[in-house]
Order: sequence, then structure tokens, then C-alpha cells
Amino acid sequence: MFDNLDFDVIRRSLPYLFLDGMSFTLMLTGLSALGGLVFGTLIALMRLSGYKLLGRVAGLYVDFMRSLPLVLVIFWFYFLVPYIGQWLTGAARPIRVGAFTSSLVTFIMFEAAYFSEIMRAGIQSISKGQPAAASALGLTYSQSMRYIVLPQAFRNMLPVLLTQTIVLFQDTSLVYVLSIPDFLGAASKVAQRDGRLVEMYLFAAAVYFVISCVASYGVRRLQARIAIVR
Amino acid sequence: MIEISHVNKWYGPSFQVLKDCTTSVAKGEVVVVCGPSGSGKSTLIKCVNALEPFQEGQIILDGIKVNDPKTDLPKLRARVGMVFQHFELFPHLRIIENLCLAQEKVLGRSHDEAMAKGQKLLERVGLTVHANKYPAELSGGQQQRVAIARALAMDPIAMLFDEPTSALDPEMISEVLDVMVDLAHEGMTMMVVTHEMGFASKVAHRVIFMDKGEIVEDALKTDFFGSPRSERAQKFLSKILSH
Repeated sequence: MFDNLDFDVIRRSLPYLFLDGMSFTLMLTGLSALGGLVFGTLIALMRLSGYKLLGRVAGLYVDFMRSLPLVLVIFWFYFLVPYIGQWLTGAARPIRVGAFTSSLVTFIMFEAAYFSEIMRAGIQSISKGQPAAASALGLTYSQSMRYIVLPQAFRNMLPVLLTQTIVLFQDTSLVYVLSIPDFLGAASKVAQRDGRLVEMYLFAAAVYFVISCVASYGVRRLQARIAIVR
Repeated sequence: MIEISHVNKWYGPSFQVLKDCTTSVAKGEVVVVCGPSGSGKSTLIKCVNALEPFQEGQIILDGIKVNDPKTDLPKLRARVGMVFQHFELFPHLRIIENLCLAQEKVLGRSHDEAMAKGQKLLERVGLTVHANKYPAELSGGQQQRVAIARALAMDPIAMLFDEPTSALDPEMISEVLDVMVDLAHEGMTMMVVTHEMGFASKVAHRVIFMDKGEIVEDALKTDFFGSPRSERAQKFLSKILSH
């Protein structure tokens, strides 16, 4: 059945697949992870702040995001962001938002929910004596978080955060519902155009597999290197 | 220097950990707090620098009311050194960084100034060679000496010790106590929760005995060891001194 396969189609489309598709995928992954980390930290701090209302709001947000399929969130966001933008700015028409911006905002918000739970566990893993010692030295709450708790928590959770980022890397392929040419979207386009579905999807799978595997191996190496000796 | 008056503290609605505790520590005085576990002695000492809140009574530290909501707590805490049972060095920082962090971030000292002070104190506790190691590379006794140096680096007006030797192996206890004895001889105001009665009889001016959240006995050292008035203190002493 493999007689009529034409793997040369891959070679011919390599520049398009990687320069356009993969660079988009990596950019979306990187920016989403970064934004998710910032907002995830904020949400985690809200949940741990001891202010009931803040904690409740953050908790609801996390539960909400984690209860929806990602692909639906991407879809809804694409349609809703223009109207939210209109409402926020008071413009006469819905704000035009590019597919990239829309998907980036979606991933940041979605990942923030997952990252915040990882951060929360990481922060809670630091024994209470550490912030107590920091307070006893006169450090304020924010100084104690910044210099004592978060740096330690971060080392503890970095492997989990990176593993979640690898999952995110695979999840970005869901932007195909917005017809964005990410790596999978690009492969899909070539596949449809040239009628080479089997070749292109096999190749796409292999690429995702190799990148994720190498990254996972890297995370394990890193984990061994950065662990704090206690 | 430290005035504790009628302090009451509850955990939850019904469990009272501190019952009408009143005592004081004068400038230059060394006060040892002892008592069976669960008697509230650690809780009391943590109330002094507001690491633990309390519901009733007041504590005045060098003229500043600790439980006044308007008090700038970080500023107040920076002036009192505290040493913990489990050392609580910052494991991600080198020894010298442990000593410098609060000097720079809280007191606003320059890095060079903080380093000089840190080196001096490390020398004082005999750990200069370990300046660039991480806490986990040191023994328990060494870590606790670093913790004392870290507290001293802030030029505290008083030092609080919360069972500083009870997490240590026996052979390391004396190296920590030696540092504390030196401190006491230099006239540092100290409040020390400990079971080390040898330390108490050597340097303490007064001994406070607590049981079930109450200060049962608050006496001069000689009176306490000579003839404790309360039966509970007598029992406690006979138990820990019998071996």
C-alpha cells in the first residue's frame, strides 16, 4: 500500500513547514508559557494571599478554565475578544484582533490556570519556617516572597513547569480551528494541496515526537542539576 | 526592654495556648524560659516579635507596642534577632549570602559593608572557611552558629532563641552554647527557650517556668534552682536533672 507514497513532498515543503509553521508554533509556545507564568504566579499568590475574596476569585477562574476543552476556549475567544475589546475601549465597532493575538491571549489565560496550580504546590512545598525566618530578619512579605520563597519554590517546580510547556507545545496545534498556519496547519495545507495526507501527517507526527522527546530528556537532565541539596 | 503583660492567646475558639502571661526582660538581662513541651514557651517567644499574633494583652519592645496595628512590624523585627530550632538558613543561598541578604534589603547597607560585617561575624563563630558553601554542606551545629551570626549581622537590640539546641546531635550542642554564653557575657539582652539547664545556671539571670500556657514560676536563677516554689517546677526539675 506504500507503493505510491512520495516523500519528496516533504523535502520540497521543508522551508515553508519550518520557517513559517514551526517558527510560529515555537513563538506561540514561548510567549504563552512566559505570559502564563506571569499570570499563573499572580493567580497562585492570590490563592495563597489569605484574603478570602481574592482567593475565591482566583479559585473560580482556575476551576472554570480547567473545566473547558481547550479547543472550545480557543474558538470562543476568537469570536469574543473583538467584542470584549470593543466593550473595554468603548469603540463603535468590534476591535479587529488577528488570529495570532487571539490565540496567544487564549493560551496565556488557559496556561495561567494550569501554571498557577503548579506554582501553588511549589510555594506550599516550602516549609513555613523559611518565611518566618525571613520575617524575623525584617523582610517584608513581598521581599520574603521574592528573595526566599519564590526562588526555592521555582527550583522545585521548574521541571513540572517545563513538562507542562512541552504539553503546551503540542496543544498549540489546536489553533488549526482558526486556520492559522502553525506547524501542523502548514503540514495540513501542503497535504491538502498536493493530496499527500499520509506523508505529511506521518512527518508532522514524527517532528512533534522528536522535539517533545528531546525536550523531556533535557528537563530530566536539568532537574538533576538544579535540585537544592537539603 | 521586653515587657509582656497579660497576654492571652487562643488557637481557634476554645484552645488557649497562653494564659495571662506577664513578665519582662530588662536590658542586658538573660532570661531562660523552660517547661514541658506544649507549655506555650515557643509560642510566647514568637509573640515577642509578632511572628505569632495574640488576642489579648500587650507586649512592648523597646518602647514600641508590638500588637498595635500601626506598628511597622518588619522594621520592629529587624531590630530583634531570632534563632530557630531548625536553623532556617536559606538553602538556596551561600552562607555569606545568608548573612548579607537582610543587611542589604532591610537595613540598606551597601554590598561591601554587608560583606565586611558578614565576614567579621563568620570569623566570630569560627566558620570563615565555609563562607561560600551552601547550608546543606554544614553540620547542624555549624548551621546554627551561622543562624546566630545572621541574626547578629542586623545589630539587634535583643536576641530571641527558640530551642536553639534541641534539633542538634549531643556533640554539637556545646559549640552553639559556647557562642551563646559569649553573647551573654557581652551583655546582650537574651530571651532563651531551652532545656539546657547547664546553660541556664551558667549565664541566666532569671528563669521562667511555664506549664499549660501559664507562667508558673518567674524567679532569679539561684532561687529557681535552689528552691522552686511550685510543685510543678519541682517535678520538672527533678525529671530533667535526674540523669
